[in-house]
Amino acid sequence: MSSRTAADTRLLVEKSLRRRAWAERRFRAYGLGAVLLGVVFVFFLFASIISKGYTAFLQARVTLDIFYDPAAIDPEGTRQAETLAMANYSALVRAALREKFPEIEGNARRRALYALVSSSAAFELQHRVQADPSLLGQRQRLSFLAAANVDQLLKGKIDRRLPEANRVLTDQQIACADKLVNDGQLKLRFNSAFFTGGDSREPEQAGVWGAVVGSMYTLAVTLLLSFPIGVAAAIYLEEFAPRNRWTDLIEVNINNLAAVPSIVFGLLGLAMFLNFFGMPRSAPLVGGFVLTLLTLPTIIIASRAALKAVPPSIREAAFGMGASRLQMVGHHVLPLAMPGILTGTIIGMARALGETAPLLMIGMVAFIVNVPRSLADPATVLPVQIYLWADSSERAFLERTSAAIIVLLAFLIVMNAAAVILRNRFERRW
Amino acid sequence: MSAESTAIPVPVLPVSAACKTVGSVAVADPLISARDVNVYYGEKRAIMDVNIDIARNQVLAMIGPSGCGKSTFLRCLNRMNDTIEGARVTGLISMEGSDIYDKRKDVVQLRARIGMVFQKPNPFPKTIYENVAYGPRIHGLAADRVELDEIVTTSLRRAGLWDEVKDRLNNPGTGLSGGQQQRLCIARTIAVNPEVILMDEPCSALDPIATARIEDLIDELRASYAIVIVTHSMQQAARVSQRTAYFHLGDLIEVGETDRIFTNPRHKLTEDYITGRFG
Ligand SMILES: Nc1ncnc2c1ncn2[C@@H]1O[C@H](COP(=O)(O)OP(=O)(O)OP(=O)(O)O)[C@@H](O)[C@H]1O
Ligand SMILES: [Mg+2]
Repeated sequence: MSSRTAADTRLLVEKSLRRRAWAERRFRAYGLGAVLLGVVFVFFLFASIISKGYTAFLQARVTLDIFYDPAAIDPEGTRQAETLAMANYSALVRAALREKFPEIEGNARRRALYALVSSSAAFELQHRVQADPSLLGQRQRLSFLAAANVDQLLKGKIDRRLPEANRVLTDQQIACADKLVNDGQLKLRFNSAFFTGGDSREPEQAGVWGAVVGSMYTLAVTLLLSFPIGVAAAIYLEEFAPRNRWTDLIEVNINNLAAVPSIVFGLLGLAMFLNFFGMPRSAPLVGGFVLTLLTLPTIIIASRAALKAVPPSIREAAFGMGASRLQMVGHHVLPLAMPGILTGTIIGMARALGETAPLLMIGMVAFIVNVPRSLADPATVLPVQIYLWADSSERAFLERTSAAIIVLLAFLIVMNAAAVILRNRFERRW
Repeated sequence: MSAESTAIPVPVLPVSAACKTVGSVAVADPLISARDVNVYYGEKRAIMDVNIDIARNQVLAMIGPSGCGKSTFLRCLNRMNDTIEGARVTGLISMEGSDIYDKRKDVVQLRARIGMVFQKPNPFPKTIYENVAYGPRIHGLAADRVELDEIVTTSLRRAGLWDEVKDRLNNPGTGLSGGQQQRLCIARTIAVNPEVILMDEPCSALDPIATARIEDLIDELRASYAIVIVTHSMQQAARVSQRTAYFHLGDLIEVGETDRIFTNPRHKLTEDYITGRFG
């Protein structure tokens, strides 16, 4: 060993130096490659979803001259609410269409013409008349949702070159639609109904708002329960509980719970909340309970790690000043751990937002038209809505599926941004 | 309560005959008396049958090789060992005649009477003002904001930090230099007006100039408080303390007037240590 000269040593070091530098360069290349691969995948994911989904934000609307024909709605002129409620408003829409296309005759051909306008048109007229019966006898130029197939035609998703028998629209229907487009009476407009309406069997009327509200309610329940319970449990285990066999057992169990497949929590929720406690089916309240079970382990584990990372010197300082244990935690340790706790919470909440399986078990998979008004109303959530639409055969639901995914991602981004802002407000150095 | 206001002096507790410590363990009118104190960390006995009195208005220096139990004994005095998992204290420690380990006594009260300054400056990650105001706040010492401001100002003045920080009381305490941070910690401690200040190697992370400032400060504070300081620097012990205790492997070997210990140590181990023959 001592026989080696300084020059020899230098040579050896140089050799190993080259090897080290090479290993380092290689590792950097691997890292960069991994990051690039991830970026490419994310890019493709977003590109494909957005390119498929953005068309759902536009919707074809037909403008028609409606004559509120008193003879069709209220022949006796009583203007009673009951009569107005029972009247056949689609007759008004049909009359307007016949007026626009007088050349079309024959029952079958006329039926094909009527099919260009969504069935929601009649409901809309009914609402207008019920709100203001004095409309009867007047004329109004109104815009209605076009039928889903017309919408698809305008978006170029129906191939005109196909033989008529293989198309969802007949030649006559396409000709009528073209004429309406030429006259400026059929246009793609911003689809506000998608953002304000609930689900529907008719794709052109189906909106995502019901699911968004359902998700908001469910997540609100989840957050309000899992955050305080999770943080309190973490504080107790980390700062108060003695280290013994029981706390070890609890720790192992919490770690295991974090790995339990989510559907198991759904089964637990079904057995406990619905069957045993008799809570309402499909309700965001129960959904929130189930998702709380799911997110609690994540929040507890993350919070404990955050508490552990607070330097012990802070605890010593607080104790040395005569702070009680609760004051030590509340005044010093918890504020310092808050950024980490919030990160854990947001991971848990993001997971809860995307959960489908456990919610299927408690009936949140039902077809629900109304936007939920309370925590006990039947509701569905965004991922379940996506699953339902993806499952449906109608072509027009395809773009809505992608659009709902875009909404889900936007929801996620808003949630994460809120957490990042909160976290930055708490962030302090020591 | 200071020595002047105590009508009757606190009686000296008897020291057991088995005590092998050389020198004068007991003092007249002691503020704190420790008798046959043992500390166990699990099975391990860290200090053995320590007997010592802490006098008022005096600095007691504790010296000894690393791992001999100086910090352990210091932490017994304000019950900081309570927070260590598995630590157990036996024996008697009494402050002005009452047992500080009494089950009915609140440890929070004790720690308000016995402040502590740590080896590494550990200000709270809050503003300078909040650091000093924290103790008075939790103990409810200030009736209003004016009084609190008053306490903060005097504490910072007495810690010799006021002139350096008076324009930035709302800046974070962690943004100060190491020496300033340590003086902030001292200010924080004296803000609750304790009777004893424990210091565990308060200068080991500081440069000589900052150290000198703290030593001057200790000398000033002695007028109002009893101070116990752990140090690895023999010069420091000689400069700031009036009494010195030498620990060795968990035993308290020798206690005495600082001048006497450094000029005329009676025990062989003490002599070896202060003459540098022992690590
Ligand atoms: N928390 C603990 N758990 C177990 N053993 C400990 C603990 N703290 C200290 N000890 C042991 O107790 C003995 C005394 O330690 P202590 O910290 O009091 O020494 P010290 O004199 O302060 O040393 P130093 O001068 O290095 O700070 C040492 O052997 C140490 O290993
Ligand atoms: Mg020590």
